[in-house]
Amino acid sequence: MPDTAGLVKLPEEMAAALATDDTAKQPFAPTIVAFFCTWCTYTAADMAGLSRMAYSPAIRVVRLMCSGRLDPQFVVAAFRHGADGVLIGGCHPGDCHYQEGNYKALRRVALLRSLLGQLGIEPQRLRLEWISASEGEKVQRVCNEMAEQLRELGPLRLGSQGLQAEQVQNGHQEYLSIDTHDPVEATTP
Amino acid sequence: MPNAGPVKVGVYVCHCGLNIASKVDVSQMVAYAATLPGVSVAREYKFMCADPGQELIQQDIKDGLVDRVVVASCSPLMHEATFRRATSAGGISPFLFQMANIREDVAWVTDDRDAATEKAKALVGGAVRRVSEHESFERRYVPVHPEVLVVGGGIAGIHAALVMAEAGKHVYLVEKEATIGGHMARFDKTFPTLDCSACILTPKMSSVRANPNITLWTYSDVESVSGFSGDFVVRVRRRPRYVNEDLCTGCLSCIDACIYKRGRTDDPWNEGLSKRRPIYMAFPQATPSVVVVDPEACVDFRTHKCPRPCVDACERNAMDFDQKPRIEQIKVGAIILATGFHTFDARRIPAYGYDRYPGVYTSLEVERLLNASGPTNGELVMRDGSHPRRVAIVHCVGSRDANTNAYCSRVCCMYSLKLAHLVRERSGAEVTEFYIDLRTPGKGYEEFYEKIQKEGTRFVRGRVAQVTEEDGALVVHATDTILGKVRRVPVDMVILAVGMEPQPDAEDVRRLFNIGCGAEGFFTERHPKLAPVSTFTDGIFLAGACQGPKDIPDTVAQAGAAAAEVLAMVDRGSVEIEPATAFIDAAVCSGCRTCVGMCPFSAISFDAATNVATVNEVLCKGCGTCVAACPSGAAQQRLFTDAEIFAELEGLLYA
Repeated sequence: MPDTAGLVKLPEEMAAALATDDTAKQPFAPTIVAFFCTWCTYTAADMAGLSRMAYSPAIRVVRLMCSGRLDPQFVVAAFRHGADGVLIGGCHPGDCHYQEGNYKALRRVALLRSLLGQLGIEPQRLRLEWISASEGEKVQRVCNEMAEQLRELGPLRLGSQGLQAEQVQNGHQEYLSIDTHDPVEATTP
Repeated sequence: MPNAGPVKVGVYVCHCGLNIASKVDVSQMVAYAATLPGVSVAREYKFMCADPGQELIQQDIKDGLVDRVVVASCSPLMHEATFRRATSAGGISPFLFQMANIREDVAWVTDDRDAATEKAKALVGGAVRRVSEHESFERRYVPVHPEVLVVGGGIAGIHAALVMAEAGKHVYLVEKEATIGGHMARFDKTFPTLDCSACILTPKMSSVRANPNITLWTYSDVESVSGFSGDFVVRVRRRPRYVNEDLCTGCLSCIDACIYKRGRTDDPWNEGLSKRRPIYMAFPQATPSVVVVDPEACVDFRTHKCPRPCVDACERNAMDFDQKPRIEQIKVGAIILATGFHTFDARRIPAYGYDRYPGVYTSLEVERLLNASGPTNGELVMRDGSHPRRVAIVHCVGSRDANTNAYCSRVCCMYSLKLAHLVRERSGAEVTEFYIDLRTPGKGYEEFYEKIQKEGTRFVRGRVAQVTEEDGALVVHATDTILGKVRRVPVDMVILAVGMEPQPDAEDVRRLFNIGCGAEGFFTERHPKLAPVSTFTDGIFLAGACQGPKDIPDTVAQAGAAAAEVLAMVDRGSVEIEPATAFIDAAVCSGCRTCVGMCPFSAISFDAATNVATVNEVLCKGCGTCVAACPSGAAQQRLFTDAEIFAELEGLLYA
């Protein structure tokens, strides 16, 4: 069995986060999970690095081969584990290394966005951008913009956004049992 | 495979000299990594990619301390292959490895050292959690088809094709024009040696024609490309030239016979400085030596009433007015793109008066005027029939200019010096060069510059602001930045040293071959220094100016390098296939077939008997779209399983 400590300790983490509201004491520093496709946006982020284009340290990049690999559950999981925003970067329309994965991402994100709205998650917290391999500058700009927007928006408090903490916890427990339904077995070839 | 027992993750943090260490507190990171669940060893080293760094990993694996590896260093696009090799050399699957990019994603883009260290820790946390979920599997290989495709028959394509053909490989050389030779065939002399361009190029063109290992298809376009490295399937459309290529001997009697005794349409080979007849051969040494009928100009295509004297004149019965486009389908193991460049359109800078004042020429037009086989047989005659006495050469037209192209085209300074020499030699005209800086880096280039200075060419340092016409003469306006004053120089002829741009169809070609372009539109090499002829698509290589502006020596060197890469690949006989392919767990698959429609490569088939979908892992390119769509979690992607990505997220956000 894989170590699921991170999963089960989640509610405690969140309870702790809710209990210690220290935003008043120091400026809020958001955390953004960025899913970048390896061919365009991840390469663009490398280019931003090569060109020393500094941007907000809020960004945590997860590399995917294609934005089409983006399972909406990844976004939900990122929010659940404490991300304040999720950024998805793919190739421009027509430029997908796999022909049309970015279109798939576009559709899934549209659907997901409406779902997140019902959960009380603001639309600004999920952003989809087409960034080609040569657009290092766009990585910098988009990351900074999003970090700034989230700073103004404040932390994502799933528990206080309409849902009761208990409901959220139950929801999470239920969700955990869905998305990780024994991943070891599910991934056995 | 379920993980047997607890994992032992080795974390190796790279200083990358000071690249990482100056922004990230490496020691703090190592101490932190050691506390993460599953981590058995945490070390730091100055350069992990160097041999001693890699040996650290190998030794720890061999000593049984480590069975999974995390290297926190640069981008995986840079060194993932290196560390996978090191992991494999230690004796475990190369895929029990994960990289944390703390250079491009952290050290180089974060101003604050504490913030950088915190972010680097998070990335390492993600990598450690992720690699704990990694599964062991081996590299997979497919055989390489030994034939090769070269796209573009300029000097780059010609050289690459010859090198590979001489090594015994069969090469398909596809060129869109009716003849190979490209831009080089249109130049008069080459710098800095001043040898005649045709004299050094045409023997190579003939060798292409004569080499039994080369199949030459001119007047042809690549229509589609499918397959993958080692096994590409390419369809080539051969446009009709209305002449049977196998029968035509290039005697040109059809051209003599044509009812049109003079040219009817602008001849692109001469940049429109002369007219072309409806049946033509671009230039005397055209290869293949086969004429072409221009259906736009030939009257028979419109009226069907031409007596067709060309048909009667051809003793070999090579004329074929019923020719249709033909599609050839070939299989090749590797592809070299040598599609060249396009010169900057001088109309885009209206202040220079091109296309408004007949005395303003582009450098390529002047190359044709000076060429012995050009429209004026090598004599410098202007459009109005006069001979210029004073000539200005304007540098950096469409180069080093924020309004057009920011980059330097690299060749214009040198060819401008060459043109100054040739213009003076042929016409005795007085030549003034207007330049920003003179860039002459290359063997014998600076010496050539000195030679041109001594010959008496004048040099004015200053970008030309505009060209005007006053009292019948052209006036070049420039600020002389050495004298610090505005100069107005009257001349008879202005030569605009136009820069190099990507081909107008570079974007289509890029998509066709699934490779990348930089912002300016040139094809992107895999690494600017260490993989200059490879692309991000395995099996596709670059040669010549399609990758960026370059002169003939650099182009030939790059073409040779691309040929060598292909030869290495073909002779190795097999290539590794994408490891991150999708697979479907038959026990979980509900047979809904959602994945089948998702796959852009038709790699998924459905077996009605077992009610289960399966992925052909040779056809699968590893995008993972089917995996994201699978409602039951039966579809997974190697190296990007749900479990791995969820683990990475947890690590990133909690660790």
